[in-house]
Amino acid sequence: MSVLQKWGKLGLRALSILGRAALFLSASWRLGGPWRPALGRLIHQIYQQGVLSLAIILVAGFFVGMVLALQGYNILVSYGSEEALGQMVALSLLREFGPVVTALLFAGRAGSALTAEIGLMKTTDQLSAMEMMGVDPMVRIMAPRMWAGFVCVPILSLMFSAVGVYGGALVAVDMLGIYEGSYWANMQASVDIYDDLLKGLVKCFVFGLVVTWIAVYQGWDAEPTSEGISRATTYTVVFASLAVLGIDFVLTAVMLGGF
Amino acid sequence: MQNKSLEMSVGAFLVAGILTLVLLAFKVSGLNYKANADTYTLYARFENLAGLTERAKVSMSGVTIGRVVDIQLDTEDYVAVVTLAIQKNVPLSLDTSASVLTSGLLGEKYIGLSVGAEEELLRNGDNIDDTQSAIVLEELIGQFLFSRSE
Repeated sequence: MSVLQKWGKLGLRALSILGRAALFLSASWRLGGPWRPALGRLIHQIYQQGVLSLAIILVAGFFVGMVLALQGYNILVSYGSEEALGQMVALSLLREFGPVVTALLFAGRAGSALTAEIGLMKTTDQLSAMEMMGVDPMVRIMAPRMWAGFVCVPILSLMFSAVGVYGGALVAVDMLGIYEGSYWANMQASVDIYDDLLKGLVKCFVFGLVVTWIAVYQGWDAEPTSEGISRATTYTVVFASLAVLGIDFVLTAVMLGGF
Repeated sequence: MQNKSLEMSVGAFLVAGILTLVLLAFKVSGLNYKANADTYTLYARFENLAGLTERAKVSMSGVTIGRVVDIQLDTEDYVAVVTLAIQKNVPLSLDTSASVLTSGLLGEKYIGLSVGAEEELLRNGDNIDDTQSAIVLEELIGQFLFSRSE
């Protein structure tokens, strides 16, 4: 087989995967009625993905905030403007670290679990059994998971940022001896609710959608063998992380108006 | 029973998320619901802004009374036109003067207003006529060198 044929085959395959994923997305957003059991399924998924991810997110946010304060202090002190530390910590958390690190952790903590769960359902023919019974697995299994991820990532990211700001305050005020008033006042003077908080939140919603989309799709599309599930889980973490970082660049460029 | 506690933990999670948003909005971004409520618009024209940006504060006697909402270049006179949103409860007299100032040596740029003497007040959409541009360090150094060489 010539090289050209090989590349063409690869390209066509990538195209068909992309198309299948898009069709999957368009089919998997309907939660279906009646609304009470549908809401129950959604709540269960928010518990699985959101509440159970809280511990890792909060601990990570706290440490990221503390590290940011330490690193920022060492840079700012050489300009004699260590009072601006609060502003630096808050802006880095709200604009970048909150959304991105949360999405990466979410892909590892919840995304991989989603893929493995759905992949195993497929392997053990649970999905086909549902279809045989006239239950649409898209409505029953996929949609609640998609929506839960979409809702959970922004909330987790907000908590990440909030805990990080307090972690930074702990290091800055109690360890490095920066005046508490200037830490908070500088932060409040420079952080804008629209430019920083809401734009960061938009990122979170996009990341939440993309990560859960990749995770659920990988599980749904997994080869129904134990090897296939392990490969799908790996793909989820790898693709979701790369997608988050790539999309983050595009979104940041658009939001800062660099282009 | 299991289901109830699950529902409650999810409810607590969602409420905590909303509370965090509020916390970040007020504590971190310093959102002041009074500040945005009622403002009127004034315009001021400056020859040089030297790094003044949108959202910079407008202050009088050191108290923040408004924000810079827009900066445009007037292509007829080639001066910068700055749009200021001033709180409604701060009446300013007609001969108020505006200048671009720097907080501290390296701090941010802001607009300082100094009080005028006229009885008549500036209304929504008026121009502040008496303006003073920012002091640009390079120009000062240039002047200093120039005066030394003579």
